Amino acid sequence: MLKYSIRRLLGMIPMLILISIVVFSLAKLMPGDSLSGEIDPNNTNPEYIAEMREKLGYNDPLPVQYFNWITGFVQGDFGKSTKYKRPAFDVIMEKVPNTLFLGIMSLIITYILAFMMGMYSGRKPYTLGDNAIAGINYIMLAIPSFVAAVFAIYFFAFNLNWFPFGGSVDILVETGSAEYYLSRLHHVLLPALVLGAMSTASYTQFLRNDIIENSRKDFVRTARAKGTPIKKIYNVHILRNSIIPLVTFLGFDFAALIGGAIITETIFTYPGIGMLFLDSVTNRDYPTLMALTMLLSFLTLAGNLIADLLYGIVDPRIRLE
Amino acid sequence: MSAKNPLHNQTPLLQVENLQTGFKIDGDFYNAVEGVSFEVKRKQIVGVVGESGCGKSVMSLSIMQLLPPGIGKIRGGEVKFEGQNISELSDKKMNSIRGKDISMIFQEPMTSLNPVFTIGYQIEEVILNHEKISKKEARLRSVSLLKSVGIPRADKIVEEYPHQLSGGMRQRVMIAMAIACQPKLLIADEPTTALDVTVQAQILDLLKGIQEANDMAIILITHDLGVVAEICDEVLVMYAGKIVERATVDELFNNPKHPYTDLLMKAIPRMDQDVEVLATIDGLVPSVMNMPEVGCRFSNRCPAAMPSCMTVTPRLGEVGDNHVAACLLYENSWPADAKSQREGASMA
Repeated sequence: MLKYSIRRLLGMIPMLILISIVVFSLAKLMPGDSLSGEIDPNNTNPEYIAEMREKLGYNDPLPVQYFNWITGFVQGDFGKSTKYKRPAFDVIMEKVPNTLFLGIMSLIITYILAFMMGMYSGRKPYTLGDNAIAGINYIMLAIPSFVAAVFAIYFFAFNLNWFPFGGSVDILVETGSAEYYLSRLHHVLLPALVLGAMSTASYTQFLRNDIIENSRKDFVRTARAKGTPIKKIYNVHILRNSIIPLVTFLGFDFAALIGGAIITETIFTYPGIGMLFLDSVTNRDYPTLMALTMLLSFLTLAGNLIADLLYGIVDPRIRLE
Repeated sequence: MSAKNPLHNQTPLLQVENLQTGFKIDGDFYNAVEGVSFEVKRKQIVGVVGESGCGKSVMSLSIMQLLPPGIGKIRGGEVKFEGQNISELSDKKMNSIRGKDISMIFQEPMTSLNPVFTIGYQIEEVILNHEKISKKEARLRSVSLLKSVGIPRADKIVEEYPHQLSGGMRQRVMIAMAIACQPKLLIADEPTTALDVTVQAQILDLLKGIQEANDMAIILITHDLGVVAEICDEVLVMYAGKIVERATVDELFNNPKHPYTDLLMKAIPRMDQDVEVLATIDGLVPSVMNMPEVGCRFSNRCPAAMPSCMTVTPRLGEVGDNHVAACLLYENSWPADAKSQREGASMA
């Protein structure tokens, strides 16, 4: 398994090189550069701007620029954020905990909802309960997250006053205290719920269909012939088989966990990676933007690798020797 | 010969009386098993033969109440196990019988085991379902069970998964599972059909050996008459959901009465005859959805069919010692209210 993992990690290198070329080209294709966003042209000598462009290497041929960027990148120098005037890496790392917290919370919500509903639906298909769950699921799937987020803020934050409407923590509480962590949890719940509800539908329906399919398999009949209670057959024999295809989703989720939710984070003004991403675009903060894109690409590849390794754990038939 | 000479003064282990099992197709019930009655005595091996679609498997699943829920249903009759009617027991009460008093092995060893659990777990499960012993003891029991069904390296195999074993090995595992709690009755639903010939013989020898060692009764469902001749004491011949003939194995093979049985015997390839084309029975078993209402269900394929076969439904009547058949060729198969017709037919 170690050998396999190393081989897969090495296999990522050409993929990442290709991605870096695409990311760099896309960044260069966007109009303007960081100087046109940063400096007021009415107020600064245009000759100075031109000089700075020359000095920063913006006039070099594209391959040279790419080479400069990528050599720094592989050495851990992700460039300096033109907006925050600090290393892009530090800026990103500052936002990671918030996003990770939101991602994990929303994933927990998704899992709890999906397993409860999916297992019920799978065990009692084509009943009123199953149809009601399917109805709720498709409504949750059909409502765009920005609509759901705005309505959630309106009802739960403004009208009912249950949750704060934005931010990640109360500014008045002391960092590190118990109140601080409770406040963070309070802030994260509403965006996590919106985010979690959105992906629940696919998990639930996938689990339901797989449970129905597995409940017709011969091994279920064998388990019944052994005198195993029907509840145990569903919760152990069938569920254990139905988890296998869900691992595919987990691979995608892994990248989303760090990648954050651009729209949801922005609407809730939740300071995470998603919001940073959108800000970097509007501020033409290319070093941050490129570093973020590379990070997310890497995480997607890593997520796939983790999913593949997990397959081996949940399914003995494809276990790697 | 004691096993082949059933003891009469004893309550039978299993009594099936007028069993009717139906399947729901497009909202209507159609009977796949229509009024089947028979007995299995202790330590007896009863063979059930017939073509595909004759209701053999449905009958055995009915005894275990393992019909697909919501689709298959016992619609009448009784299944008595040691005198107790088990056909109306709740699923929970049935669970204490399944795997312990009656157990079952199936046709497809490749898919009958759960792919994600170890062999050991799956054998231990049946033991832990019925006995209050520790997991450790159950593990030791499962190793010795695997040894008893002839699996080499049993202590290693318990840690392995079904996909690591061959079909014959998996069927042995199924047998180990079925005999784990020393059941009084084993229902084997075509246990050798999916296996190749040499493995078939080994599995049958194994079953026979276990039956003798554990004093277990077996209902062996098969369409291989050779298998029946080899290990069974008594044989039921089923056609289209009904029993058409029942006899001890010697009697049936020496003296088949029903034309269907006769044709089945003729369809067995024989070593001492050099034929180009094997004998077959023309036509197919009628589907449950268009079963004839009256008359003999075999009449449209029967070489000996008479006009009365279309209008008079035969019943099982005695045709010899320990031998019953349902065919209008024999006087005892005529229902009482139709006897006059028979006299009319024979006079004409």
